[in-house]
Amino acid sequence: MSENVLKVENVTMQFGGVVAVDNLNLEVNKGEIVALIGPNGAGKTTAFNVITGVYQPTNGAVWFQGEKIVENHPQGKMKQQYKGGHAGEYTQALAPTPDKVTRLGMARTFQNIRLWKSQTVFDNVLIAKHCRAASNVFSATFRLNRKEEARQRENVLELLETVGLADVKDELATSLPYGKQRRLEIARALAAEPKLLLLDEPAAGMNPQETEELTAFIGEIRDRFQLTVFLIEHHMNLVMNISDRIYVLDFGKLIAQGDPAAIQNDKRVIEAYLGVSEDA
Amino acid sequence: MQYAISILLSGVSLGGQYALIAIGYTMVYGILRLINFAHGDVFMVAGLMMVYLTASLPLAVSVPLVLVLTVLLGFIIERAAYKPLREAPRMSVMISAIGVSYLLQNLATYITGGLPQMYPEIPGISATVTIAGVPTKWVTVVTPVLVLVLVLALTRLIHHTKVGMAMRAVAKDFETAQLMGIKINAVISVTFIIGSFLAAVGSVLYFTNYQSIVPLSGSLPGLRAFVAAVFGGIGSIPGAVVGAFIIGLSESVIKGSSWSIFSDAFTFALLIVILVVKPTGLFGEKVTDKV
Amino acid sequence: MKQTVKKSTWAVLLCVLALLAAVVVLENVLDPNKNIMVFAALKKGAVYALVAVSMNLLNGFTGLFSLGQAGFMLLGAYTYAILTIPAAQRDTVYYIYNGSAVNFSLPELFGGGTAGLVLGVLAALILGGCVAAAVAWLIGLPVLRLKSDYLAIATLGFGEIIRAVFQWDKLGPVTNGANALKSFPTFSSFNIQNAAGETVLRLSTFTAFLLAGICIAVIVLLINSTYGRAFKAIRDDEVAAEAMGINLSKHKRLAFVISSFFAGVGGGMFAMFANQAQAKTFTTAMTYEILLIVVIGGIGSVSGSCIAAFLYVAASEWWLRFLDAETFVGGVKVPLLRNGFRMVVFSVVIMIVVLFFRRGLMGDKELPDLFKKRRKGGAAK
Repeated sequence: MSENVLKVENVTMQFGGVVAVDNLNLEVNKGEIVALIGPNGAGKTTAFNVITGVYQPTNGAVWFQGEKIVENHPQGKMKQQYKGGHAGEYTQALAPTPDKVTRLGMARTFQNIRLWKSQTVFDNVLIAKHCRAASNVFSATFRLNRKEEARQRENVLELLETVGLADVKDELATSLPYGKQRRLEIARALAAEPKLLLLDEPAAGMNPQETEELTAFIGEIRDRFQLTVFLIEHHMNLVMNISDRIYVLDFGKLIAQGDPAAIQNDKRVIEAYLGVSEDA
Repeated sequence: MQYAISILLSGVSLGGQYALIAIGYTMVYGILRLINFAHGDVFMVAGLMMVYLTASLPLAVSVPLVLVLTVLLGFIIERAAYKPLREAPRMSVMISAIGVSYLLQNLATYITGGLPQMYPEIPGISATVTIAGVPTKWVTVVTPVLVLVLVLALTRLIHHTKVGMAMRAVAKDFETAQLMGIKINAVISVTFIIGSFLAAVGSVLYFTNYQSIVPLSGSLPGLRAFVAAVFGGIGSIPGAVVGAFIIGLSESVIKGSSWSIFSDAFTFALLIVILVVKPTGLFGEKVTDKV
Repeated sequence: MKQTVKKSTWAVLLCVLALLAAVVVLENVLDPNKNIMVFAALKKGAVYALVAVSMNLLNGFTGLFSLGQAGFMLLGAYTYAILTIPAAQRDTVYYIYNGSAVNFSLPELFGGGTAGLVLGVLAALILGGCVAAAVAWLIGLPVLRLKSDYLAIATLGFGEIIRAVFQWDKLGPVTNGANALKSFPTFSSFNIQNAAGETVLRLSTFTAFLLAGICIAVIVLLINSTYGRAFKAIRDDEVAAEAMGINLSKHKRLAFVISSFFAGVGGGMFAMFANQAQAKTFTTAMTYEILLIVVIGGIGSVSGSCIAAFLYVAASEWWLRFLDAETFVGGVKVPLLRNGFRMVVFSVVIMIVVLFFRRGLMGDKELPDLFKKRRKGGAAK
């Protein structure tokens, strides 16, 4: 049995009367690259936000490395409004903030790049190391953490070399071309030393060549840093080339799961993407 | 008993005057998401203009003139200090507002020489009247009525005219409203015009009660009115009015007790409590951020 | 890379030492009694530089728009004053309340004399900072969750509350009510006198510069540390910062508490400069003044804040004084010039900076950056 790193269990996310994610169950095993696909508005990013602690789910739980990190059940007004299943199975309210989730070993990128605009490439990555620093504010201010700081800087430099951004390390992050900004966002996430890397549409806005490079790059870093990768993507080439398994979401519901070949031939997936023809 | 009535009366009239200022804050915030720090100073300038105009002109001319000039002032402030910063970060606009407030206060100090100015007597509302055995000025009675009339008129304007509809649209979603062809700048100007007009009316009422004006006369009533707007739920006009009456009454009660030194502290403590417990205020709508 | 960093650090340090030495020389060459304005402007400038930098730490580097600076300065000033008024003077200062509730004085506890003075003043200033920091911690619990403009108004309100509390009659035996606290050690207490009571070495301006310099240096070290970088990340993008493992509430509180600590120390120094501490000095207008210094200097630039502080103080206290005086040139009265005109000119200048030079003097650059760029440009040629 393979060890599962991430397990999403009966997660429902309801905003007012709108169910964005409906009873989602999925697992990501150690070392895998798993993709979450689906048409626009299917609830993929919402699922990511639940996993990373940005949103608290309405009902359900999320497990990370065998530990329950998120759990919730309908409360207050939501008790009446709740439309999802598995009500009453969950009783705790466990809601870590995103920073805590990251420190547990999960790091993410964003659909619309969110780099720190006034910082250099190097500093963008270095800041992500902050959550792994042992120094307190006093020792950091008075430079009693020289060794740690030097080690961090060295690590960042290595990391930038690995991802091929070492030559632009002193440039402003926002002055990089788009493809490199995406790469930098991944490098920044890696600097937080995650076990699980979550990529939200890493190839959005890339041309086919860039996408191909990115595909190779994701495989490379998975091997190099012994990562597990969970990604949302629209570029089917990338998804099909890289994924060990795929989950398909439509209108908040999981409609299919399996290896790329199976997904490609799944009738419901094709329908979800192309729409059901009237006379069929 | 008489004491209680006099406190109640002054609280209601104070509340009404704050309400007129608070509407200006709440409307500007609703549309621009800006705390217009200069609004209280516009109110003070309106009072000063009255002092200087009545010195040489009859009241029948100077009152309308004050209203027009205050409106003009509000309009110019928006065009000169806020419009150029529409694309700038919010902090810059707020700093600009603080700058305008600073400028108006310093101008007022310069012109008045820092000496308190006496507000003119306005026949009719400055006269004394006795209610339930308590002598007070007519303005105390006039204020709540006038506020009610103005607020009703404003609500009609917002809900039944094209400009009003545009204002609501801009408040709801700035960018989309712009895309839909609403002339944002015109709407914002109208907002400032209405706000300044009400502040001018408020200043006539307020300074008839508290007759001396100094350059800082606007800042505290302004802040209290802002707290009232937050209390009622910023962006909501009925909220601002209700909030203003609550603030006015509680101020009047505290001022009448032995804790009078804490009247402003209380107002701000209330503000902090509201912001922490229910940031949307009594009538405000919830706004969520998107990731 | 590392070598140049080291070199520029040394260069900056050398410049600061040279500046301090220049202050000592200036103070002892020029007669302070004939140049009151110069030294008042220098001392006040040093105090304002510290307070402006502490505000910049919050507004410019962490992106938290707080307007509570005057309130925290008040806490520092009162703490300093209450702890350092000589026991013998207390009855005179607190005459309305028949003496003070606090009947010791730190400089005397430390044994009096020069050593007692230095230790006592230092301890009182630091304690002033600590009081401000402790209050900031308490206030921060509810207030820091608020979004930018609400935070501004809440901290502004907090300043007003503090001022009311310190003017409260019932606290009179401690705070002296609405009356000023005085007779505590000031910057001039650090002038060295000989046995005959003549001043042999004037160090008052130097003391102001030294204290402000040390505090600003600590803030700069903080800004360039891993915590400072985290603050900047929060300023640039909160969501990304949180996603990268930076605990927002912890770091915001940290920035708020540290900024308030230095505002408190600055408040104590302001009391030393003004020779008195009185609640009504620490108004919202003072916060605005400091905010405007930060804006003029450039939001996010420490050296900008320092330069702007001196420019602002020198201009308002010294260079532009003539604007307030009615002047006759050749028997004709110069129009506009009379009391209050200076502040009008001032506010117009500020509006011009705010509207047309939004980056201020320095933008988010520091002084050494300017030299670096020039060197780079030179190398390219």
